[in-house]
Amino acid sequence: MAKTLAEKVWDAHVVRKGDGEGANAQPDLLFIDLHLVHEVTSPQAFEGLRLAGRPLRRPDLTIATEDHNTPTLDIDKPIADLTSRTQIQTLRNNCQEFGVRLHSLGDAEQGIVHVVGPQLGLTQPGMTVVCGDSHTSTHGAFGALAMGIGTSEVEHVMATQTLSLKPFKTMAINVEGTLRPGVSAKDIILAVIAKIGTGGGQGYVLEYRGSAIRALSMEARMTICNMSIEAGARAGLVAPDQTTYDYMYGRPHAPQGAEWDAAVEYWKTLRTEDDASFDVEVDLDADTLEPFVTWGTNPGQGVSLSAKVPSPEDFGDENAKAAAERALQYMGLEAGTPMKEIRVDTVFLGSCTNSRMEDLRAAAGVIRGRTKDPNIRMLVVPGSARVRLEAEAEGLDKVFKDFGAEWRFAGCSMCLGMNPDQLEVGERCASTSNRNFEGRQGKGGRTHLVSPVVAAATAVRGTLSSPSDLEPAPESAAGTDAAGTDAAWLPAKIPTA
Amino acid sequence: MEKFTTHTGVGVPLRQSNVDTDQIIPAVYLKRITRTGFEDALFAGWRKDPAFILNQEPFNAGSVLVAGPDFGTGSSREHAVWALKDYGFKTVLSSRFADIFRGNSGKQGLLAAELAQDDVELIWKELENAPGTAVTVDLVSKTVQCGNLVAPFEIDDYTRWRLLEGLDDIGLTLKHEEDITAFEATRPAFMPKTLPAKLS
Repeated sequence: MAKTLAEKVWDAHVVRKGDGEGANAQPDLLFIDLHLVHEVTSPQAFEGLRLAGRPLRRPDLTIATEDHNTPTLDIDKPIADLTSRTQIQTLRNNCQEFGVRLHSLGDAEQGIVHVVGPQLGLTQPGMTVVCGDSHTSTHGAFGALAMGIGTSEVEHVMATQTLSLKPFKTMAINVEGTLRPGVSAKDIILAVIAKIGTGGGQGYVLEYRGSAIRALSMEARMTICNMSIEAGARAGLVAPDQTTYDYMYGRPHAPQGAEWDAAVEYWKTLRTEDDASFDVEVDLDADTLEPFVTWGTNPGQGVSLSAKVPSPEDFGDENAKAAAERALQYMGLEAGTPMKEIRVDTVFLGSCTNSRMEDLRAAAGVIRGRTKDPNIRMLVVPGSARVRLEAEAEGLDKVFKDFGAEWRFAGCSMCLGMNPDQLEVGERCASTSNRNFEGRQGKGGRTHLVSPVVAAATAVRGTLSSPSDLEPAPESAAGTDAAGTDAAWLPAKIPTA
Repeated sequence: MEKFTTHTGVGVPLRQSNVDTDQIIPAVYLKRITRTGFEDALFAGWRKDPAFILNQEPFNAGSVLVAGPDFGTGSSREHAVWALKDYGFKTVLSSRFADIFRGNSGKQGLLAAELAQDDVELIWKELENAPGTAVTVDLVSKTVQCGNLVAPFEIDDYTRWRLLEGLDDIGLTLKHEEDITAFEATRPAFMPKTLPAKLS
């Protein structure tokens, strides 16, 4: 039977087929090619190994970094928060004890785990990638089957380098057409989530397809796959193509010489067969897509930026109606208010969704030569120390600092507020991150999920805005790539630390 | 893992959809390095509100949480399951669970029972009309009983078997260690390894 991409990757990793058939089948045992580890979801797993006297089976397929807890200021000083400091020290001790490669705070390869893996070339097409973090779906951009796991599964992978998994259903997300200027990958995925809902992808692996996806850069594809989990899907992927190979080439852990040729030959087989069928197909029109923004407290509660805050009465389903009522109350919003009239306090540019070079370039392209709204606080947090170095080599740090934004060190930062970067009660934030849950960015904080260029335009105007709402800048912003597509940046240009 | 066959306890109606794991346990509580002691962290934000269901008797002694659809969405944090268990919950009922949350529950012996939304609504009404009503969740017969209502629930057979037997996943997998070793020998040479480290 003709297979989809996800089924091919799955089948290539079956160590042992589960007994039984159909609904009663036991799970398959799948081999895991890469296990990414960070400080928050690993301590209890390492402890479990220790208590059971089990070794870590494959340290050579495991890599750790520090990201969730790490401060983005004063990184040369001891971490002020004692519990954070203990958790990070625990990771360091565990990595030493079990022989795991660790990129610690201060290291040029430290950063958000989902930025670090691809940047080092460790994430490759056709692999299985797991991490105790739901945004592991990011790595699906390479045509890898990548998913978030809980701490028990982290321990299971550490002990066995496998996972017991029940086969997924498959869903095609077909995005055809051409994005308009100022519309980006973030808008695509927010629109997809609004369309299928936060539970719509539950039990499925999503495959993003169509001309609009093919036209996207790797970094933009990562943005899309990253938020698959926000639609309820544990994994989402894009078939590898020339864009993927170009991104991979020359990365530190990319294959070289004859192995590169063998790898590309294999990668070229990683596509859904023409006569394969998906369990569900969803279509989205890229031509008419506008910048998208959330108004509520889950990522499915989004609208076009040019629309108004919806009314609970707009929802037929009783649960959705109640959820909307509650969300409007939490968000402090009135139904019918134009989204573009919502004034924000803070702009956060960062997170595993939007903290890569293209994201920083796109935002810098919007603010260059413009003035920040004086009441806005803007935080720019590169996804990794490497991204920060690269951005500084291009002078982007200067653009942000001249604008009045804070240029920080790498980490998850205000995406989830485990470090000091948090919103105050009632503070409203336009955020390029992935979750607008109650209290996610700090207790009582209010989050609107946006793309990097919308974040930047919002910092200029003070209200939720797209670049097209701005007056022309005194200086030309030419040479930037505001749509976040087809960037000329290649890994060969990464400076050494 | 402890075996789970049947449980009877006070039902707690949580009339809300999309209860994400950031609500079940806010990120600030994830800095601990232990696997227990998270009872104070459960719904920490909501529990500051005196009107929240778990701040009311007899619901504060509940052990069966009856929630709206899409329970456990968002972050993969298993701490959400630990917090529910540490508080005293043995089972969560909902018409739809997020995949990762459901998986984590199965690993930790917390029964995530999926039942029809209509039945959830009936149980909510019963629990609100007669607070303190016990709910029985029987994994052997895959039924929930509350007042006069007896409703079937869904759980996949493999998780059910593991819960009934109290089986440890890693032990089960390591029975097939030879298969893992054989698979490892077939991996293509071009696949990356993290060691030795290569840097930019």
